Amino acid sequence: MGKWTRRGVLSAGVLGGTGLVIGIAVRPGNPTETAGHLVAGEGENLLHIYLKIDSENRATAILPHSEMGQGAQTALTQMLAEEMDADWNLMRFEEAPANAEYANMALGRGYLFKGVDFPDVVVPTVDGLMLNLADAIGMQVTGGSMSIRTTGQYFLRAAGASVREMLVKTASKAWGVPESEIRTAKSMLHHDSSGRSAPYSEFAAAAAEMTPSSTPKLKKTSQFTVMGQSKPRHDVPSKVDGTAMFAMDVKRPGMVYAAVKRTPVAGGTLRRVDDSAARAMKGVIDVVKVGPSSAAGLVGSYSAGDTIAVVADSYWRAEKALAALKLEWNTEGKERVSSESIFEQFDRDITAGIDRANDVAMGDATAAFDSAATVLTADYRVPYLAHTCMEPPNATAEVSADRAEIWVGCQNPLGFRQHLAASLGLDVEQVTLHNYFMGGGFGRKSNADYALQAAMIARQVGRPVQMVYSRAEDIKQDFYRPAVQSRFKAGLDADGKLVAWQNTYVDKHEPVEAPLIPYAVAAQDIGHVASPTHVPFGAWRSVDHSQHGFFTESFVDEAAHAAGKDPYEFRAEMLKDKPRLLAVLNRVAKEADWGRPMEEGRGRGISLQESFGSIVGQVVEVTVSGGKTWVDRVVAVIDAGYAVSPDGTKAQIESGIIYGLSAAMYGEITIEDGAVAQSSFADYDAIRMHDSPVIETHIINSGAEMGGAGEPGTPGVAPALANAIFDATGKRVRTLPVIKADLRSDAEASPAVAALGA
Amino acid sequence: MTTFTLNGEIRTVDTDPETPVLWIIREQLDLTGTKFGCGMAQCGACTIHVNGRAQRACITPIASLEGASVTTIEGLKGADGSLHALQQAWIDHQVPQCGYCQSGQLMSAAALLADNPNPSDADIDTAMRGNVCRCGMYGRIRSAIKQVAGASFYDAMEGSQNG
Repeated sequence: MGKWTRRGVLSAGVLGGTGLVIGIAVRPGNPTETAGHLVAGEGENLLHIYLKIDSENRATAILPHSEMGQGAQTALTQMLAEEMDADWNLMRFEEAPANAEYANMALGRGYLFKGVDFPDVVVPTVDGLMLNLADAIGMQVTGGSMSIRTTGQYFLRAAGASVREMLVKTASKAWGVPESEIRTAKSMLHHDSSGRSAPYSEFAAAAAEMTPSSTPKLKKTSQFTVMGQSKPRHDVPSKVDGTAMFAMDVKRPGMVYAAVKRTPVAGGTLRRVDDSAARAMKGVIDVVKVGPSSAAGLVGSYSAGDTIAVVADSYWRAEKALAALKLEWNTEGKERVSSESIFEQFDRDITAGIDRANDVAMGDATAAFDSAATVLTADYRVPYLAHTCMEPPNATAEVSADRAEIWVGCQNPLGFRQHLAASLGLDVEQVTLHNYFMGGGFGRKSNADYALQAAMIARQVGRPVQMVYSRAEDIKQDFYRPAVQSRFKAGLDADGKLVAWQNTYVDKHEPVEAPLIPYAVAAQDIGHVASPTHVPFGAWRSVDHSQHGFFTESFVDEAAHAAGKDPYEFRAEMLKDKPRLLAVLNRVAKEADWGRPMEEGRGRGISLQESFGSIVGQVVEVTVSGGKTWVDRVVAVIDAGYAVSPDGTKAQIESGIIYGLSAAMYGEITIEDGAVAQSSFADYDAIRMHDSPVIETHIINSGAEMGGAGEPGTPGVAPALANAIFDATGKRVRTLPVIKADLRSDAEASPAVAALGA
Repeated sequence: MTTFTLNGEIRTVDTDPETPVLWIIREQLDLTGTKFGCGMAQCGACTIHVNGRAQRACITPIASLEGASVTTIEGLKGADGSLHALQQAWIDHQVPQCGYCQSGQLMSAAALLADNPNPSDADIDTAMRGNVCRCGMYGRIRSAIKQVAGASFYDAMEGSQNG
């Protein structure tokens, strides 16, 4: 199964120049005629591809990112409003249509050219190239914690500033005064000496005729009045009264409902179906099969086997009839695979080390281990994880011979649209996609499999169909955070200094830097081996950082204890040349009152993780009693360079921590007879109100290059938790989830005490 | 045939008696604020009030509602259209992220406060533990409930104890 990689894109010919047609289809920012038709209504002027102004002086940001809870749409609007000198009360936003003009060139640039400064003269060329590439690969992605730091930083701020420049130029001409004498504030233009003022809307039509500059002058941080403020999210009021629209809330004339079941063993095919009982049930319209599908692109790589669908006049009837189908599946030998056999395979492949590839080879690790005073080894394991978005995958589709229309909530509207077109044998122009709020995404809704299922069913029954996954189907037909094993070896010298670090893990994905450690260790040998399985995998909040953060920050804690040192001080000593990381670590230790004595049975643990351009430090406090772990408190510090919406950043850290904590405490998808064994919140639970900790988040605005917020809170919580459990109990959790670990004290585990509890 | 009161209006529906009311209100009565999350009363996204008590619509057969008074999220506002105090607190604390679970969270919280205006933390845990929020906004939900109850709460935005 292919999975996109950054290297894959580069080798596709952009830098290699191997035949990808590069043309500047749209100069960045220049509103095209098609874009105007798409997004500008009566009385609205499209001044920039990302901005329109109406006759009431209301400005609307048109944002190429979807909303799955992360709140980026409000923060992105703040960035545009700031540079435009807009009145915040006159700002609106809407999601861009799934059209090529709104492909994420900025996101592509962030991926491909991270940290590269382009001279102003080549910026339009680079961005034109990016647009073309993004178009070619169908990229309109929300993910990778990228929205603010790429689209916002590179494009929306420039959009706001260039619109402001155009409005000033237009007013200057109309008023016959120099541009330098015109002042802008709160969506108004002022010429103070003559006393003239006008709202932006007065010059919007004239300014819309101009070409926006792609290199306007941007504000300094000290000038910000909208960025850096915790603006209430625009989508929140609709989410407290039931009016917010999710894809499943769509109703089309004549719409019918589909319940689906895909092959339980991934990649399988339907051998036989007896649908006689189901077809006889009340309300059942049809039983249809959907064949296998797959995609391989920069985003949304997946492969899925056969699906059977029951279509009925209500979802309840469809579900009931689905359960009445008698199904036999071809499993092609995969039915012998289990979680046990998978981990045995990982263990074998790590030991064999065949074709081991290095992420880092620094110093002479062999010599360093030979001369080390202490050597410690450990194997860590994490299981497969499902996403369990609150809103199960669903889509509504109407498909005819020459048209398809789809209503869906997804993380890549343009990519979905292109994938649907290709799979249905239509041109992209024949496919219309309406994107809605997602009831959670977390990476799951970047794979277009569910949208295509709905379209395939609708095409067969010839009427509008709303397809909805049951919760069991959601859990069994996910693209999972991979199960991973990682083997560690560390060497300490006589002074307890970490001098050698070796690590071999299975299966490398993205981000490439996830397994690395930030600490000054002279000899490092970090590498991986391939150990593929048939279990589908995909992006899961924080992607590979979710496993490697747990592994590396737990094992460095083990090294600290082996050295007889305080885990915080042990880390700090190795970060002397990384002031930004050290500042986060020091701050979180201070805010958590690190070192304050704790009661018997309680413990605290620390972690530090850089991911998606941000640095997060966490201290977790636990109480362990009778073998059960209670997480009492989490203190977090994030340095994302600059927090555009501080409360939004905090909310993302809170969210990322609970998501990571749910996985660390309870999350485990197991494979039995080749299929996923779990089917509900009863056997795949999440943190709930009664076991959620107090979370205290602190922000450092270091001024460094902007980082993300949606994912960086997730990786650090599992290791800080495991380290806290060790502090409380002396027991090291090396395999997640925590609930599977026996954390009872010797006394609690004694037969006499166990009998009392029974 | 089942006749019940929905958000103050008398409604009659004729369908399979075991059909969960969730699908009746979403598909037939076009009130989509109540969400499908699991279909097994394990997540709380479909929480409604039946005669003032929180109940999971996904396992409530329509036939069991004969003569009952049912309130959904659409009926939580006051008769004058003003927000319920909890809805305002949800906005104040910027509780929703994806928002999909929030109708159910609000209905559970509103039933709790109607029954117990001064809930302890343990009361909140008991009343709310049936409602999953995968965006993990439990801290803010707790703070918002306590604000309405007039109790001291932890303010995540300010990073301090409040009230």
